[in-house]
Amino acid sequence: MASEIVQVGGHIIDSLILPKVLDEIMDLNGTFEILEITIGKRKTDPSHARLRVHAGSQRKLDQILKRLARLGALPIQLRDVRLVAALKHGVFPPAFYSTTNLPTEIRFRGRWRKVEGIEMDCGIIVHPTTGHARCLPVASIHKGDWVVCGTDGIKVTPLERARQSEVFQFMGSAVSSEKPKAQLISRLAGEMRALRRAGRKILVVAGPAVIHTGSGPYLERLIRSGFVHVLFAGNGFATHDIESSLYGTSLGVYLDRGTPAKDGHDHHMRAINTIRNLGGIRQAVRRGVLKRGVMHACVAHGVPFILGGSIRDDGPLPDVFTDTLEAQAAMRRQLPDVAMALMIATTLHAIATGNMLPATVKTVCVDINPAVVTKLADRGTFQGIGIVSDSESFLRELTRALRL
Amino acid sequence: MCRPSHYTVAYEINPWMSLRRKPNRTRAALQWDHLYRTLTRTLGVRVRLVPPRAGVPDLVFTANAGLVHGRTVVRSNFRFSQRQREEPIMERFFRAARFRVVTLNRRYGFEGEGDALWAGSTLVFGFRYRSDAGAHEELARILKARVLPVELADTRFYHLDTCFAPLDARTGVWFPKAFDRYGRRVLEHLMPDLIAVTEADAKRFVCNAIPVPAPAGAKDGPGGRVVVQAGLSKALARRIERRRFALYPVDLSEFLKAGGSAKCLVLRLG
Repeated sequence: MASEIVQVGGHIIDSLILPKVLDEIMDLNGTFEILEITIGKRKTDPSHARLRVHAGSQRKLDQILKRLARLGALPIQLRDVRLVAALKHGVFPPAFYSTTNLPTEIRFRGRWRKVEGIEMDCGIIVHPTTGHARCLPVASIHKGDWVVCGTDGIKVTPLERARQSEVFQFMGSAVSSEKPKAQLISRLAGEMRALRRAGRKILVVAGPAVIHTGSGPYLERLIRSGFVHVLFAGNGFATHDIESSLYGTSLGVYLDRGTPAKDGHDHHMRAINTIRNLGGIRQAVRRGVLKRGVMHACVAHGVPFILGGSIRDDGPLPDVFTDTLEAQAAMRRQLPDVAMALMIATTLHAIATGNMLPATVKTVCVDINPAVVTKLADRGTFQGIGIVSDSESFLRELTRALRL
Repeated sequence: MCRPSHYTVAYEINPWMSLRRKPNRTRAALQWDHLYRTLTRTLGVRVRLVPPRAGVPDLVFTANAGLVHGRTVVRSNFRFSQRQREEPIMERFFRAARFRVVTLNRRYGFEGEGDALWAGSTLVFGFRYRSDAGAHEELARILKARVLPVELADTRFYHLDTCFAPLDARTGVWFPKAFDRYGRRVLEHLMPDLIAVTEADAKRFVCNAIPVPAPAGAKDGPGGRVVVQAGLSKALARRIERRRFALYPVDLSEFLKAGGSAKCLVLRLG
């Protein structure tokens, strides 16, 4: 859906120019939204109207705009973006435009161009000869990059409301623990099947509680069936998954019995030590030390995983990115083509990932604590929908809905 | 007015112009003289002349040079480069005659009285072929008047003055098919007494008429006098005369070859 804001002024009421503009839009199968209208009080006073014109495609929109231009209704945005060269590495020019996670276009040399890799709280750099525009975080800016400044020539398209009731209609519903989940989960399963068929990527962001609650095997099954294409997690998740594969416990508690193991408190450290000794998770799988679990499934099925570290980590595992900027860059590399993000029982990784996702990615946040979903929305990932549920019962229901 | 010493058809910028149908310059000069004498001698109108210029044949159609309101002239922005050559000539003439010359934003086309006609205190502004709708807002601001843009819908009637002639504040002659339905509604609403002409009359450019207000105590046409292209149908003549207007037909057939008639040859200065 393409749209553009046009403005028309003068004696547009008496001369029927405004009704004509609206008729023309509808005759050409477009729709409009009157954003502002001021009507002159006396006969000689001019009136003004500002409207947003929507059309099914850019071609249709251009056709409408051409017709409207003849009636004197012109797009407001006729100016190009202002570009300023970055003066230092890792620093934007002072008046830089800070991005949102919504689809964004810039006008450069009289043409609208899509900004690639859109992500919130970044800048837009434009290649001065090709006009190629992409989104870059502040740390990745190089001296001399042409950065978009000010707000001229920038068009941000709000998300459309889903038209069909089937597709993510539950999106935008408020977070509540008092909602029937079976319906929600079966629709989610349908959506996941559709994405897998279409060859789009599904990202899972998981916290250690997934392992603690014993739902690791369900996630493993999702991976083996090809419903997970990327996994983001932390040191804790991977450690407890490996611990459970090697010793059958998570934080020293037997997952099948729920009782603490004797001297189980050091199992996770022994697991870390084993993997460090072997040089990494992939090596452990190759050497036959790691035979089951989520991490094993990832390696066995070629699903890339990014483990981001933090200051409270034990170890960490050799696969963990300890430099946060490197971790961010590695996560960003996996994001193109991701169409859905499933964030399960994690707060910090969910927010970190949410920050990098364009608003067009369907985001589902599952947590037992409703505050996590609210927090995610407050950080700007407003497209996320929340399911308040224990991760074990959510994943069990999801695998059942997917008939795995 | 401008004497047709260099008048010819040197290019084709409207459906009436054809390089194969050149006007006869002697006959054109005689016809123009007849119009000039009708206006000055018969009707007592004071006429100022613009010196003709070689290579600018359409300078005779002075109506398109601008729009005069009081001592202000809104100068035209001609659409075609062939006629843009008239802009500096007319601007010099206006300045010499002590008018304040205003120009519109260059991105808007505007062809003076050709597309802007006063109907009482409202300016009717025709757009699409020569003038652009967007210019009306600027015109309204400059003239401090209500300006109603109407879209033209027939390329043969490319200027407003070829299909609409307000005779006074309430009466007008028009060819309705030259407007779209919005334009028709606007004009019908604005002028209570509109005389619709037939296509045959419209093609004879009867709408390209010069209304001259009658002096006090005039007996011939107490409503006003109208100088119009000769050859209009009797039915139309009757309908105009019934409204107490006196008709002064003038044969301007040589100027029809360039898509103009009586109104196009004069610009109202006051």
